[in-house]
Amino acid sequence: MGPITLLSAVEPGWAALLAPEIASRMQFGWTISVHIIFASLSIGLAPFIIYFTWKDVRTNEQQYARLRSFWVKVFAVGFVMGTVTGIPMSFQFGTNFPRFSEVAGELIGGPLAFEAKMAFFLEAVFLGVLLYGRDRVTDRTYVLSSVLVGVGAWLSGFWILVVNAWMQTPRGYEMVTRNGMEIAQLTDPIAAFLTPRLPWMYVHMMNASVISVALLVAGVSAYIVWKKPDTEAWNTALRLAVVLLLISAPFQAVHGDAYGRHVEDTQPQKFAAMEAHYETGQADLHLLAFPKSLEALTDPRAENLVTVSLPAVGSFLASGGDFDTEVIGLNEYEENPPVALVFWSFRFMVGLGFLFIGLALWGGYLTYRGRLSDSTRYLKAMIAASPFGYAALLTGWYVTEIGRQPWVIQDELRTSEAVSAILTGTEATLTLVGFVVVYVGLVLTALYVLKWLVREELQALGVRESSEGRWHGPIPGVGDDD
Amino acid sequence: MMTDPLLPVDAYLVESLPEIWFGAVLFALGMYVVLDGFDFGIGMLYATRTDEHERETFLAAFGPVWDANEVWIVAFGTMLLAAFPRVYSRLLADNYLLAIGFVLALVFRGLGPELREQRDDERWTRYADYAFVGGSVFAPLLFGMLAGRWLFGGATLPVVLTGVGLVAVSVVTGAAFLAAKTEAGLASELRAYGIGATVAYLGGVVVLLGTVVLTDAGGAADAVLSLPVATIVVLSVVVGLGGSVLARRGWYRAWLASALALPALLTMLVAVLLYPTIYPPTGLLVREAVVSPLALNLVTVLGFPVLLLVLWYFKFLYGVFSGPIEGEGYGG
Repeated sequence: MGPITLLSAVEPGWAALLAPEIASRMQFGWTISVHIIFASLSIGLAPFIIYFTWKDVRTNEQQYARLRSFWVKVFAVGFVMGTVTGIPMSFQFGTNFPRFSEVAGELIGGPLAFEAKMAFFLEAVFLGVLLYGRDRVTDRTYVLSSVLVGVGAWLSGFWILVVNAWMQTPRGYEMVTRNGMEIAQLTDPIAAFLTPRLPWMYVHMMNASVISVALLVAGVSAYIVWKKPDTEAWNTALRLAVVLLLISAPFQAVHGDAYGRHVEDTQPQKFAAMEAHYETGQADLHLLAFPKSLEALTDPRAENLVTVSLPAVGSFLASGGDFDTEVIGLNEYEENPPVALVFWSFRFMVGLGFLFIGLALWGGYLTYRGRLSDSTRYLKAMIAASPFGYAALLTGWYVTEIGRQPWVIQDELRTSEAVSAILTGTEATLTLVGFVVVYVGLVLTALYVLKWLVREELQALGVRESSEGRWHGPIPGVGDDD
Repeated sequence: MMTDPLLPVDAYLVESLPEIWFGAVLFALGMYVVLDGFDFGIGMLYATRTDEHERETFLAAFGPVWDANEVWIVAFGTMLLAAFPRVYSRLLADNYLLAIGFVLALVFRGLGPELREQRDDERWTRYADYAFVGGSVFAPLLFGMLAGRWLFGGATLPVVLTGVGLVAVSVVTGAAFLAAKTEAGLASELRAYGIGATVAYLGGVVVLLGTVVLTDAGGAADAVLSLPVATIVVLSVVVGLGGSVLARRGWYRAWLASALALPALLTMLVAVLLYPTIYPPTGLLVREAVVSPLALNLVTVLGFPVLLLVLWYFKFLYGVFSGPIEGEGYGG
């Protein structure tokens, strides 16, 4: 762990909670974690919505109208949550990291403004039509609205990742002094927008969103099919989700492997943290790792882990075929990211990725045998797995973002230099607590709404629910009486 | 490093491009204040209704458009960042708690109606309504105060008055918007609130500018005593009082048009008071704060056509949902 000041030294008493830097980082990390769940929900649901809307209008089959109506409601809730959590994101670059915005303004401002204008507006305007306009527009406009909402979601992800990819592999600028301050001046827009990281990140993130939503759709469908086996609509949805998972989950593993090599090329320090590789030289690949002691959890090193490792395969993978390649170790750097967080997040993500492939193959086999909805065990497994896509997506981002530390712009600007100089520990801690409380409420609300939608759907299908509480948790302080 | 001959690297596409962008950023601000302003007004007037049917009608008026309206704040913020990163950074970092308070108020405002739909439980509905109304009051108040800090720096009274002014003008537009979309009985009740808020707003603007002149808050006294400011104030009074007359006669669509001009004029007032600086607390000029020619040319070439497209989307959206409110409620 780098030398981060945890406590605010300048303020006395109860106010001396957290130093501005760590509080700002926790706040940004927390708010983006919640936001990204909803943002990726929009991205992943878009293909489902377009498909259901198109089928509904084309075939007039009741099952597609039912699925469209259900998932558009989920999409709408996700979009509202995405909007209300997204606006604070666009402010925090200024409130908490003003030096970053000032240094990188020419590089990140354009893409962020394009995100708002090309993508966010498109999504928001046509979602209004999709939600409220069924009887006010023609079928064709209605289907087109669903497509435009989807395009908006995917384009939004693109521009945001242009910014993030630039922070990982910055290009197309030079440092100049302006108004007495060193800033990055845009010199080559194409290089600055289409950085080496962008294609890797975009494909990996879009596919991760599809996987997460496929698991969510599969979980909800499995639950409803479990309660009401003869529902045509939800059997269709379950099959569709399994098919999508069969394509996306294995692809993610293959793509992720190549992505790892790219990270080793462009951000060797991050790669070393992912593998807890300290000494420069040949790297082993730790397929599985378990901590020997509690200490090993916070400081994972080969000597205090029980690992299932392939000697020198780390080198082999990093180089794309050479067992003797030197992999740069963490000892080469003055300041390192929190290795434990990166190391364990990476393993968590990869482990879940393999679990998803297993679930997809299992589901594919059952579909092939025509027994998908008969296997209670599979249905239960999919219900249990429904939130795991998001767990993998979040831990993947922790690898990317925490692994970039101590830099906010790789090798150019440190996170500690990017934080507001006038922000006090009290202010930062206060707003951090505020965001934690409000966003916990937000997530519980979203889960509650999903639960309510599922229950309503079951009632519409004629299922009387007898047992409460096996679905998502209740909202504290609110009775279950409607 | 010349990558694209279409984009000049050393010179702005047109000489006045920095000023055009100053105008574009303020335009996005104006769109936000006008459009989300009436959303806030609906949220505040909602508190005056106890009848469930009327409340549902208000939510139905607000439902299809508020989310798109709210995106203008992101457009404003990101355009400011793209063209004047230093102003974006300073404005938000210097006013940390106001900015965070504002976005949290937006969270409550957006969430309230969403929550309300989920249960019939009376207590639940009440809390959801608190969130909606509270967010609708605090969001314009805090955003107005943020704008006040932008213009006048640390002077407390002008800052608070700017916040209150934005609240009042939001009530005016909210009332006019609802009156144009609901039946006559409800509309005549709403116009009473609208006219009261108009008088309060105009009085507030006069007191605000008077205070600024007397105390020279933020060194803005000279800027206030100028022809453009006087013109905007006179226009606001004419439009405000004229709108009230239209409202009394029951010409609600005309009233709406004149009411929407008030926040637009308010934004022009902000622009006039800012220019030629763009961050008065430090005296930073538009020309000093603007990004390099290549960066600005790029966001112009890629961004302006899209901005026109966005305006077309809004025309389409409001076209689809024009006319009286059909049905009630917030759900899809």
